[in-house]
Amino acid sequence: MSAQLSIAKALNEALRKSLENDPKTVLMGEDIGKLGGVFRITDGLQKDFGEDRVIDTPLAESGIMGTAIGLALRGYRPVVEIQFDGFVYPAFDQIVTQLAKMHARALGHVKMPITVRIPYGGGIGAVEHHSESHEAYFAHTAGLRVVTPSNAHDAHWMLRQSIESDDPVIFLEPKRRYWDKGEVGEDPGFPLYSARVVRPGTDATLIAYGPMVKVCQEVAAVAEEDGRRLEVVDLRSVSPIDFATLEESVKRTGRGIVVHEASVFMGVGAEIAARLTERCFYHLEAPILRVGGYHAPYPPSRVEETFLPDLDRVLDAVDRAMAF
Amino acid sequence: MTVKSTARARKKAAPGVPDNRAGVAAPELVQLLTPEGDRVEHPDFPLTTTPEELRSLYRDLVLVRRFDAEATSLQRQGELGLWASLLGQEAAQVGSGRAMRPGDYAFPTYREHGVAWCRDVDPLNLLGMFRGVNHGGWDPNEKNFHLYTIVIGSQTLHATGYAMGITKDGADDAVIAYFGDGASSQGDVNEAFTFASVYNAPVVFFCQNNQWAISEPTTNQTRIPLYRRASGFGFPGVRVDGNDVLACLAVTRWAMDHARSGNGPVLIEAFTYRMGAHTTSDDPTRYRLAEETEAWKAKDPILRLKAHLDKEGLADEAFFAEVEAESEKLGLRVREGVRSMPDPDPTLIFDHVYSEPHTLVDEERAEYLEYAASFEGGEHN
Repeated sequence: MSAQLSIAKALNEALRKSLENDPKTVLMGEDIGKLGGVFRITDGLQKDFGEDRVIDTPLAESGIMGTAIGLALRGYRPVVEIQFDGFVYPAFDQIVTQLAKMHARALGHVKMPITVRIPYGGGIGAVEHHSESHEAYFAHTAGLRVVTPSNAHDAHWMLRQSIESDDPVIFLEPKRRYWDKGEVGEDPGFPLYSARVVRPGTDATLIAYGPMVKVCQEVAAVAEEDGRRLEVVDLRSVSPIDFATLEESVKRTGRGIVVHEASVFMGVGAEIAARLTERCFYHLEAPILRVGGYHAPYPPSRVEETFLPDLDRVLDAVDRAMAF
Repeated sequence: MTVKSTARARKKAAPGVPDNRAGVAAPELVQLLTPEGDRVEHPDFPLTTTPEELRSLYRDLVLVRRFDAEATSLQRQGELGLWASLLGQEAAQVGSGRAMRPGDYAFPTYREHGVAWCRDVDPLNLLGMFRGVNHGGWDPNEKNFHLYTIVIGSQTLHATGYAMGITKDGADDAVIAYFGDGASSQGDVNEAFTFASVYNAPVVFFCQNNQWAISEPTTNQTRIPLYRRASGFGFPGVRVDGNDVLACLAVTRWAMDHARSGNGPVLIEAFTYRMGAHTTSDDPTRYRLAEETEAWKAKDPILRLKAHLDKEGLADEAFFAEVEAESEKLGLRVREGVRSMPDPDPTLIFDHVYSEPHTLVDEERAEYLEYAASFEGGEHN
């Protein structure tokens, strides 16, 4: 492709390719047809592939998820769009109780090649229930895979890889980055569940995913002016987590800081901190620190910047890590 | 019939509104065989049967009941952790199960042992999850019989999605989704009705209204007869005598053909009764009257078919003796099969979590094996 595409367009192209490549691939969701989805990710697809493959569903998330499971049992490869992060909870039961467990309870006799696309995270000044980061709920559930891209290239290829996977994948789209542009290469370049060092450094490792990767890259650029060389790792996959890449980086830098929008308490950062402490104990110069949301409902948009980790909050954590 | 009174059931219906409360056996019940064993006709659901077919249905009913009784005993003996008995619901399950064609697909709850029998699923397969050696584990596509679903009503959506796939494939198969009166209150069931209706999916919703959702009577779930829910979703609903195997067969056969012919879903309410406990962990004496259960005994599905066979001279003593012998044989096979069912290897925990390699699961499996090997004899259990 080698073109400059927005993340939104890169996702749209990925869905188009997936529909072209496999006649069993079907898209399901609310307003994904004529409207092209509220974020236009499915723009033009129903026109080109028909109502039979790009399905506007009733407004019932559990119904969408449950019927997608039935279609998968019939041999289809459904790609489900949940309109906003906060609307996935009506489907939570079908995802956790049915989708995640079906392969195991059938002792491998059936597969659930379902991709659940969810725009997630804040920073767009939205109303309640439109800015949540719920990756920890899904990552905590065995049987699900959870991935989230941070740039156009990954958005395109990780979505195609997710759709091709025979396991259920929760595909979290960083909605505030939908309009960020980047080059989309000719091939994926990386396996789906691998982390990637997006900026090499020596003094500390910033670990982030989705919308926070950009923040961490900005942090690294600013810190460099102060003479600090920060490594930035884009996790890309939240379940499974590529601990080998994280371990290698943190052993080298001696410091790790995990950054995510979701509340810190019981979050993905806690798991990463615990495991890296076990694996890198004798290499650590400081405890693994976490920067993230507070233990509060996602706030009204006028104060969401206080809730969301930003340049200053991450820099503050870097200072604390370096002070040990 | 008697239904246990509740404050709500005692409340009078509003003036001018017909009293069609769920617990009331309304006259619209489709019946082809009376409790006394007399054959009656219904204008909408004609059924012709050969003596062989009637004998075959009788055999199914007897064997299914025997299997169920055996499983209850095995639970009492500690061989099963739990059992959900179908006692009293044999006709609803065998009648609807025998209405299916080979290409049709059934989505059961956890009580559809009679349907499984009709789909030729080995009864021993059903016992694995109740013994605790697996969560089902059979290949649903082998007999077109999905795994048992325990969370109430979830499978109705799977059935509907599967039926949507049939439409996409241009096939003329149909799907049957089993659920109970309690499940009719679940959001998933109502969403399944919506999706099936909107997409004209070839699915038959087969509700066995056995009057009790553990301790809650049907009056806690609905103020109108359940089959009438269908009209609100835009498809036909029929109430059938669930203890009449012929009526269940005729109505389900019609409904499946209706669905497979592109006419969309049907809701069947099979009006029946759970003669036993909800499961072996339940105590129905705490919430329902013995007289109610006694009244339903007179409508027993097996006795009425036997009465019919006797009255019409369609089966002789040799036939009944043969079925009895087969029943004994089945009981023995189930007993021995369960007792010799091995516990799985503990590493089953890690098998099939994902269909593709997963680093965390692989690591944890290796850690477990190393830990187990650290014990004397290399085994920890």
